[in-house]
Amino acid sequence: MNKLQVFKNGLLKENPIFVQLVGMCSALAITTSAFNGIGMGFAVIMVLVGSNVVISALRKVIPDEVRIPAFVIIIATFVTIIDMFMHAFTFELYQALGVFIPLIVVNCIILARAEAFAFKNGVVDSIFDGLGMGLGYTIAITILSSIREILGNGTIFGFHILPETYEPMMIIIQPPGAFIALGLLIGLVNYLTRKQKA
Amino acid sequence: MSLFSLFITSFIVNNIIFSQFLGICPFLGVSKKIDTAAGMGLAVIFVIVLSSVITYLVQITILVPLGLEYLQTIAFILIIAALVQFVEMFLKKSSPGLYQALGIYLPLITTNCAVLGVVLINIQKEYTFIESLVNSVATPAGFLLAIVLFAGVREKVDSADVPESLKGSPIALVAAGLMSIAFLGFSGLSI
Repeated sequence: MNKLQVFKNGLLKENPIFVQLVGMCSALAITTSAFNGIGMGFAVIMVLVGSNVVISALRKVIPDEVRIPAFVIIIATFVTIIDMFMHAFTFELYQALGVFIPLIVVNCIILARAEAFAFKNGVVDSIFDGLGMGLGYTIAITILSSIREILGNGTIFGFHILPETYEPMMIIIQPPGAFIALGLLIGLVNYLTRKQKA
Repeated sequence: MSLFSLFITSFIVNNIIFSQFLGICPFLGVSKKIDTAAGMGLAVIFVIVLSSVITYLVQITILVPLGLEYLQTIAFILIIAALVQFVEMFLKKSSPGLYQALGIYLPLITTNCAVLGVVLINIQKEYTFIESLVNSVATPAGFLLAIVLFAGVREKVDSADVPESLKGSPIALVAAGLMSIAFLGFSGLSI
């Protein structure tokens, strides 16, 4: 498969959030501000690319029967590295994301890519797959968190963009808003892709 | 905080699904029928209680004395994965009836972020052993409540006339949002 195609697959056609519906927990929980969305996306890209590279490099060494535990250890190692890195350099973000950084271990996107792609393909292809899927995830949660931040707080990346007279819709920032905004956003993506096909 | 108020807080006020967003994948995945939803909920309670006891003991007897707290994530996920495997084999031998009821859900639970989430929160909030036991019964009980209620709603939604683009998971998410608004009402509860 063409490398560009592998990369583009994750962005649109197989977008983890909008199409595959995996990794929903973090997508709902931390998307209260656009900055959190980008930060979480960055952490997931790093873990995904790292684990994809190591797993595809070791794919001839790891026996088939114990591949899942092996994947989990490799992924948990990268998550621990990112966790310590964010604790040291981006402390505010680390506090905002909280328990959801260690929980990247059980984010289905990463294990799914290890199983479906990295274990069957070469190292270079796996890097592109990790970048594409990670960016697809980042774009999806950044869109969602921007919508929630604009409607629920009247700001984007902390800057006021709506006039002072705008009364923020608190509900969008609160937990129920996450479910409703994501549901409608997936509906919109479905509508647009359906129109394209027709 | 008294144990009772901790229980109510973890059970409904800070409901694991509607306000903490842990365990959303099984919540959306196995909530199409009420009885499968109840089976999943029970299996989750079982695994969370067991794993929080074991991870708590590992944390205070091995990780802290050796200064290895940074290995928490790796150690805990291995414990959970091994535990799920063990519980599956144990149930298969000892009580085939329960295995039949919970069996198919058990492998899925390893990657359920509710399990790792609850054990990490127990450690992060520095709960005592009793407090973390209460928390790890109340939290998955909240999961059971949420998934059974949601499955009931979903059985009705499936037969409703929904716009083509919203069919399936989008409308399920919106329905979950409306239920979450209802649960928001509990946040005024003062115990």
